Amino acid sequence: MPDIYLDNNATTKVDSAVVDVMIPFFTEQFGNPSSIHRFADGVAQALKHARRQVQALIGAEHDSEIIFTSCGTESDSTAILSAIKAQPNRKEIITTMVEHPAILSLCENLEKEGYTIHRLPVDKCGRLNLESYKNMLSDQVAIVSVMWANNETGTIFPVVEMAELASAAGVMFHTDAVQAVGKIPMMLQDTKIDMLSISGHKLHAPKGIGVLYLRRGTRFRPLLRGGHQERGRRAGTENTASIVGLGKACELALEYMEYENIQVKAMRDHLEQGLVEKIPHCFITGDLNNRLPNTTDIAFEYIEGEAILMMLSKAGIAASSGSACTSGSLEPSHVMRAMQIPYTAAHGTIRFSFSRYNTMSDVDDVLNIMPQIVATLRKLSPYWEGDGPVANPEQAFQPTFA
Amino acid sequence: MWDYSDKVKDHFFNPKNAGAVVGANAIGEVGSISCGDALRLTLKVNETTEIIEDAGFQTFGCGSAIASSSVLTEIIKGMTIDDALKVTNQDIAKELDGLPPEKMHCSVMGREALQAAIANFRGVEWKDDHEEGALICKCFAVDAVMIEEMVWANKLRTVEDVTNFTKAGGGCAACHEDIEAILERVLKERGETFDPQAASLPKVEAKVEKKPMTNLQRIKKIEDVLNSLRPQLMADGGDVELVEVVGNTAYVNMTGACNGCQMAAMTIAGIQQRLMEVLGEFIKVVPASEMPKPEKLVNIEGISHA
Repeated sequence: MPDIYLDNNATTKVDSAVVDVMIPFFTEQFGNPSSIHRFADGVAQALKHARRQVQALIGAEHDSEIIFTSCGTESDSTAILSAIKAQPNRKEIITTMVEHPAILSLCENLEKEGYTIHRLPVDKCGRLNLESYKNMLSDQVAIVSVMWANNETGTIFPVVEMAELASAAGVMFHTDAVQAVGKIPMMLQDTKIDMLSISGHKLHAPKGIGVLYLRRGTRFRPLLRGGHQERGRRAGTENTASIVGLGKACELALEYMEYENIQVKAMRDHLEQGLVEKIPHCFITGDLNNRLPNTTDIAFEYIEGEAILMMLSKAGIAASSGSACTSGSLEPSHVMRAMQIPYTAAHGTIRFSFSRYNTMSDVDDVLNIMPQIVATLRKLSPYWEGDGPVANPEQAFQPTFA
Repeated sequence: MWDYSDKVKDHFFNPKNAGAVVGANAIGEVGSISCGDALRLTLKVNETTEIIEDAGFQTFGCGSAIASSSVLTEIIKGMTIDDALKVTNQDIAKELDGLPPEKMHCSVMGREALQAAIANFRGVEWKDDHEEGALICKCFAVDAVMIEEMVWANKLRTVEDVTNFTKAGGGCAACHEDIEAILERVLKERGETFDPQAASLPKVEAKVEKKPMTNLQRIKKIEDVLNSLRPQLMADGGDVELVEVVGNTAYVNMTGACNGCQMAAMTIAGIQQRLMEVLGEFIKVVPASEMPKPEKLVNIEGISHA
């Protein structure tokens, strides 16, 4: 049975070169970087090196703009809570309907505390309307937080342009870039982005390490106070081994940037074109002309995603779904709902997300098995008859709500 | 991913009786496309013997929805429709060696499709008023709609009230924030404000009997307590039946959705706790299946509800 991992937007395998550079920091140079003895020798130096590796990947102007955190979620929370704490008179936040829960749940919570949250809608291709965004910007807005790329569809948002607009209106701009960093080139020093979140495990570093990029001069209030670590902006003893690992992972991501955007993209394109050709009644979601090179999200109509995943898994293929059942919630993914994908398709969305470890033969394996899986499940579906959907599917089968 | 039993996986990967039955004379359609679970059950019922001669299903849904549909058709084929109506959702879950709490609704959907199909055969209208909300308490599988209804119906004010009336929040306590949010919302609609320090509703008074109780007194008291707990259990589609009391051991049957539900053991522990509080003495609650000498059953059935 093949062993094919196509769920790289969920998490990635730690690169073996990353593991190699980490090991000494567990067993030999395990000292606290603040200590003055031989076990701490070179640890502070290694952190500095890692900071520069991250800086290089995102094109930050200074290495001191890199703050190591524990994960992408911590970086997101730090950014937003810092902005509202530093500007107590501003009671509005602008974000989008399709953000990651790390932003949406936090905003929902702030709404209860009296903040006004503007959630930008998206069109059927998952795109934002910049005109309505412009109209929302005011001196009441504490921060704009818009993801660089969507985790489900891979759709890229015009964050550089949006940050310019925010800056012109005197509003801080944060972007959750956990899916974008390492997959598309960026040069933050040429932008007006004030804060940016990175998650290590999305780019072949370990879980439990993240970064908040903080543009020099941006007003900041730490989430965690305590020691002097990270120049007092994020207290807590440094996760030295993981920081060193993340640095290496960033260096590799920069090295593979071209590969990601040519070879990885070719695999993705081959897969989605093949699936759409071989399987009737399926379509690619998101903004097809403006997506991450590694991500495709395909809606297979009239069947349900968890069932598809179970069959894929049995065939040795790992992917993920926006269906309600995979999360235990009652609604399909908020991203699909925001794009007004009908329920008969939204529950059947499957995301395939690639990395540099995949090969074209992985793609061929999926292309071989997928038509059969879809056909098997459609045979069970009340919306399907013979070779096609029943006429007027939404009307033909209208079960009682249960 | 879910921890599905081998039986669930088997019925999912090799579903039985998939597809519509040709010449079906009983059709039941239930589910909700917005929730991603919908089922059409087609039966061929013999008009004279009322025996289900063939059954087929078409399901739009996850692994456990398809498995529940498949196993349901296997259970009911060859049954009379009267016998089939006695098949409960926990019979379905049991046949699958259990379902995760979040997935019990798949077995409920199977039973409802069966009821709908039989109603269709008999030419009567089948109505379902069961509504499901987002799962709040994962320990006891209590959803938001249920909590909200109980908060309205019983004028609940605190998280403790909600736990006493619905079991929600009585396990790991991680959902207390969500329960508070529901209380806040409902109390606001009622024109009150949620106060986390508010006193809870008076519990069933713990009257400690001075004299040792006779067995009859004890049985009566146990019945009272079970009656007070019954609304919560029935809201879950379950029920409890007192089968026998021997000394300080009460033998009960967990019926309805409680039976076969993975939470049944916790529910029994909760009942035992409540009995001890009210009776003021040690009471052990044991499933009737573990009772010695089952031929001596004293069956007190149907005492409280239709």
